[in-house]
Amino acid sequence: MMAFVRQVLVIMAKDLRAELRTKEAINASLSFALVVLLLFSFAFDPSEETTREISGGLLWIVFAFAGTLLLNRSFARELNNDCLDALISAPISGAALFLGKALANYVLVLAVELIALPLFGVFYNVRWTSQFWQLMMVIALATWGMTVTGTMFSALTVNIRLREVMLPILNFPILIPALLGAMQLTSALVAGKPIAADNDAWLKMLIGFDVMYTAVSVFLVETVLVGG
Amino acid sequence: MNAVGVESVWKFYGDYPALRNVSLSAAPGACLALIGRNGAGKTTLLRTIAGFSRPGKGKIAIFGNSPRDTATRRLMGFIGHGISVYDELSALENLMLFGKLYGLADPKKTALEWLERTGLDRVKDGLVREFSRGMRQRLAVARAFLHSPKVLLLDEPFTALDDRAIAVLQRLLHEALSEGKTIVMSTHQLREALELATHVALLNRGQVAFHGPRTAEMVADPGWVYARYGEG
Repeated sequence: MMAFVRQVLVIMAKDLRAELRTKEAINASLSFALVVLLLFSFAFDPSEETTREISGGLLWIVFAFAGTLLLNRSFARELNNDCLDALISAPISGAALFLGKALANYVLVLAVELIALPLFGVFYNVRWTSQFWQLMMVIALATWGMTVTGTMFSALTVNIRLREVMLPILNFPILIPALLGAMQLTSALVAGKPIAADNDAWLKMLIGFDVMYTAVSVFLVETVLVGG
Repeated sequence: MNAVGVESVWKFYGDYPALRNVSLSAAPGACLALIGRNGAGKTTLLRTIAGFSRPGKGKIAIFGNSPRDTATRRLMGFIGHGISVYDELSALENLMLFGKLYGLADPKKTALEWLERTGLDRVKDGLVREFSRGMRQRLAVARAFLHSPKVLLLDEPFTALDDRAIAVLQRLLHEALSEGKTIVMSTHQLREALELATHVALLNRGQVAFHGPRTAEMVADPGWVYARYGEG
């Protein structure tokens, strides 16, 4: 078990180090998130009340597309110099490889979201911090779901020429339940309403989504990488 | 027990059989040179032996076990067409990464030893993207040998190497054979390959046209196997 955890951490550290050296994907993702938030604020100039109502949808659309830019690079990065061959032939399980990559992606996607969130507050003149910790919990849960499915589809599409297009086409339909839950909860939390009996089903659904897709991905990744 | 055993292996790309009922083996300490024209199936066979994909039919065994077993992968070293090291990491970081993945006791010490053996110790902290082609190739060789594999699978290892990298690789391969390690390599460089090989297999359109010990005729005339068993 310790060896497995160590392998996961080695893969995660490698991916983070490689990304932070080049900053290819994180710069693109962050720029995209900021530009979309800025353009929406100019295009609609919503009132504070309207902003609170649409905040969940707006934020999660931005997070999902910005996240896709990061997730696309996850396995594509391994194509340079045929590095994927070296990882597949190393004595590590597909699950360790997958979880290491998913955790690295999670850190990067979360970083983009946590930079974009205060800027959302500034651009839209909204005080979003009244339910800060619950909002962080929702972001953490929904981002993990998005990262797990995105990393899996990144592995599945790694050898496809149109992978940049295929990843969102495959990933977003699967993500609909998680995104719906995240949007509903985020809108309520930004409006200052804590998670209560009327909306905690979305939270349970987010947790269920994360558990189910993490388990399925870990189970299937070896087949995805090496074939049946 | 054979170090590498391939039994009646078929591999399909769609409906196209890239490997057709291939059977061959390599005993421990042997060096098997896989030769054949472009598209004969050498790379497909090596990649299937290495466990990168599963055969459609048939069986591959490394010391009797599946190449996808974690313990078996620890026994294999692979050099493919790519160098399989990360441009964004330094030479030392690359070797330490693979040292950790292979569970070496002291990844840094082993990495430094291999950097010295391949003449890269002075640039150990340089990023691979800043390396010359020859330096990158020597680093790829160091990565493949880092964990002292018992079976080396080499896909056209001498192609596009500079003189220094060829010398390093030849020295390491001779050392590996003298230590009883097994080598399976595909190649078009018949002279270099036949100098090392103990056995030769000729692939022709996905089938084994010849498999047997290297003979004096082959060394004297590297084209002899093609002339005798190939398409001419």
